[in-house]
Amino acid sequence: MDMEAAPFVAEADGKDQLRFITCGSVDDGKSTLIGRLLHDSKMIYEDQLQALTRDSANQGTTGGDIDFALLVDGLEAEREQGNTIDVAYRFFTTPRRSFMVADTPGHEQYTRNMATGASNAQLAIILIDARKGVLVQTRRHSFICSLLGIRHVLLAVNKIDLVDYRKDVFDGIVHDYLAFASELGFTSIIPVPISARYGDNIVKRSGNTDWYDGPPLLDYLESVEVGSETAGLPFRFPVQWVNRPNLDFRGYTGTIASGSVAVGDKIVVAHSARSSRVRRIVTYDGDLAAAEAGDAVTITLEDEIDVSRGDMLASPTQPPEIADRFAAHLIWMDEEPMVPGRSYAFRIGTQSIASGSINRFKYKIDVDTCEPVAAATLNFNEIGFCEVATVLPASFDPYRVNRRTGSFIMIDCYTNRTVGAGMIEFPLRRSASTAWQPLTIDKEQRSTLKHQKPCIIWFTGFSGAGKSTIANIVDQKLFARSYHTMLLDGDNLRRGLNRDLLFTKADRMENIRRASEVAKLMLEAGLIVICSFVSPYKTDRDMVRKLVGNREFVEVFVDTPIDESVRRDPKGVYAKAKSGKIKNFTGLDAPYEAPNTPEVHLKTLDEPPEQLANRVLDALATQGIISMK
Amino acid sequence: MNARVMIRFETHRLPGHLRRLEAESIEIMREVVAEFKRPVMLYSIGKDSSVMLHLALKAFYPAKLPFPLMHIDTTWKFREMITFRDETVRRVGADLIVHINKDGLAKGINPIHSGSTLHTQIMKTDALKQALDLYGFDAAFGGARRDEEKSRAKERIFSCRSAGHVWDPRNQRPELWKLFNTRIRQGETMRVFAMSNWTELDIWEYIMLERIPVVPLYLAKHRPVVHRNGTLIMMDDERLPLLPNETPKMRRIRFRTLGCYPLSGAIESDATTIEDIVAEMRIARVSERQGRLIDTDEAASMERKKREGYF
Repeated sequence: MDMEAAPFVAEADGKDQLRFITCGSVDDGKSTLIGRLLHDSKMIYEDQLQALTRDSANQGTTGGDIDFALLVDGLEAEREQGNTIDVAYRFFTTPRRSFMVADTPGHEQYTRNMATGASNAQLAIILIDARKGVLVQTRRHSFICSLLGIRHVLLAVNKIDLVDYRKDVFDGIVHDYLAFASELGFTSIIPVPISARYGDNIVKRSGNTDWYDGPPLLDYLESVEVGSETAGLPFRFPVQWVNRPNLDFRGYTGTIASGSVAVGDKIVVAHSARSSRVRRIVTYDGDLAAAEAGDAVTITLEDEIDVSRGDMLASPTQPPEIADRFAAHLIWMDEEPMVPGRSYAFRIGTQSIASGSINRFKYKIDVDTCEPVAAATLNFNEIGFCEVATVLPASFDPYRVNRRTGSFIMIDCYTNRTVGAGMIEFPLRRSASTAWQPLTIDKEQRSTLKHQKPCIIWFTGFSGAGKSTIANIVDQKLFARSYHTMLLDGDNLRRGLNRDLLFTKADRMENIRRASEVAKLMLEAGLIVICSFVSPYKTDRDMVRKLVGNREFVEVFVDTPIDESVRRDPKGVYAKAKSGKIKNFTGLDAPYEAPNTPEVHLKTLDEPPEQLANRVLDALATQGIISMK
Repeated sequence: MNARVMIRFETHRLPGHLRRLEAESIEIMREVVAEFKRPVMLYSIGKDSSVMLHLALKAFYPAKLPFPLMHIDTTWKFREMITFRDETVRRVGADLIVHINKDGLAKGINPIHSGSTLHTQIMKTDALKQALDLYGFDAAFGGARRDEEKSRAKERIFSCRSAGHVWDPRNQRPELWKLFNTRIRQGETMRVFAMSNWTELDIWEYIMLERIPVVPLYLAKHRPVVHRNGTLIMMDDERLPLLPNETPKMRRIRFRTLGCYPLSGAIESDATTIEDIVAEMRIARVSERQGRLIDTDEAASMERKKREGYF
């Protein structure tokens, strides 16, 4: 068939998209306004209009007229059924612009819903009922919009027909609104008197408000210059995926988060501080000379440097912050309250950080007054300010500078629910200045001197499973073969380095973090490091794995059923735990997450320790770490 | 047109809103490939699938598609769709899996005698679940859009399904910014709607500007149809039983959506090129789902079907 496209897109050529959110409660006429916009921009089809006319007669609240709210309603009813509906997205288009509207259902889940809708919006329509004026919820909506980085507000003073189209009512509301909104940092606030039900000042200027000389609502939406908020910022390119179709091509795919980049530009890899130049900007439609914020491209570099998912390519003169401690606003989105100190997973740009926690919770914010309030934690739909600590440093910019690189989500490691959304304010402990000092003698040289390949052998399993026994035999066997080893045992470390730690989840995490850092230093020294830790959490073990890399990490799962471990109880710890002297004991009242795919899986009921140790040695040989000669 | 606009026209062939949608979809696709072990793209041969495939080619260029395409074949698709499918797969060099629910076929399930609800349940929904389990896919791309239907408007881009492919509306995650929570547990799967924010008009404008091949059934041509229950049904083969006094007539028709031919209503149209379709779309007065017989079966049917595992 003929696929020739005529070059007649002129009409659409300059066309862009505006994404906005509507804020208001049910009675403000939010649904009516959206329905009206869809209808007046001819987005309602005849079959839908027929259904609407029928429904309006049956269930409408507008007498004989069409009830536009019915076009978009349905969310409230579903919410009553307990469904988690946060945002519904509607679309309409005019010859000048296409629009995506985030519509959020009301009331108690409002903060979460609004934040979700606002996170991708460039503009907010804040609805006010002309009869009621500025209410507490108007402040709440405005504060959340401001916090989420929306800079443009259209203040829709609705139901102006119900106050007889009076100018003084409109002026009074505008005055009240500007009085408190001046502190919220909006770039523009445009007030428009409208009647969503009758269409006054929606598409055309209304004869009923001849005192109003501004644009009708749709006119403003079509022409407001929201600018590219990210275009003027320094170059940021979070790497999503490394494209390696063959040995000759290594491209970094991603979407430019801010700024622009051209072939030949110098860039820096944020974490490693290594730099290179852009060789090509590859797309399916051909190479580009330059690309800008919003473009999804593939970048190749002049030099072969280590770059992977989660890294960020950035402007070398204005690099992002790198820190493992930062202050942030946090919106809590889960019914289970936030627990300071507990481990959560983080997503910051394309970086997945297996573990981090709220280090210090400072205060929560009363969204009605925007005032800080003392609190110990955050509950569902609350907003607070806190200090976050992550096990690995993250690259970011402050959210108010860059929404793309300054935002993060928090995930419950067990349920995988998205529990929090954060906006980074500033770094607390910069890691940028302490970028890893390259040592003059490197790991390869140190291990070559010892005629070995260094690695970490990580034993995990219940207390009493037999980890230390097997680890000791492995240690002796390696020593006998002239390998340089070191054994790190959880119990021993808890007597010295980690003696300040308890058995809470946060302390367990810290226990493993310290142990892994020590193991890593020994690895750098060229040693084979044998680690024996209960290490019940998969995220913690994966964190160690990530710290050193797959090639140098051998996970050994010492698989002894809990009943058998309790029966053995070589150190008498289960007895203590059962008598209540130790709390949060793994296997009893704290969980153990077995590894899915350990390098070595030892079933201790089947074989004696000596043979199990040989299995570990076999695995090391298979991986090319030791030779069995 | 002044000089400034000319330059923009040359550097970016696409208008801004389509460029934005394109980049957004590409980002989502790359995210899936980076985060999941075994993704698959549900390929239904229709216009949305054509665009989705085109976007995937862009996302991973110069690499080949890093996942297979999968077509759930009910055995009642238009013949031209199957021809087009096989040509497309050859053209882009993709791997294609065709899955048919053999049990359903053996039981004689078909859209004419079993009714559209049962047919859709067995030959599409169940077939899809079978195939996902059979191949162990942990993420599946679908081409659904939020503008298609009221209940789609609130669908997430990453929609989590528990083991057994159950969609639990209470257990969907909030999606802020472009930060997607891709974590799933063993047995869970993710449906990913990378084109959530596209509208039907966007799809056609994009097809036009990018010159993406689509099944010729979208373009008007004289085809044999019968008029039944207010809908035009095309006689694609002799399996469609004619009612008494029913004789197929040649009418100039085309389709806005394609599926099983006895369930796809045609519209009379003179649109013989993609440009015509876009022009027709801009003044269209009837929604695209009107021609889809499976939705009208029962009220709120989409919601129910989704809970059962329908895409």
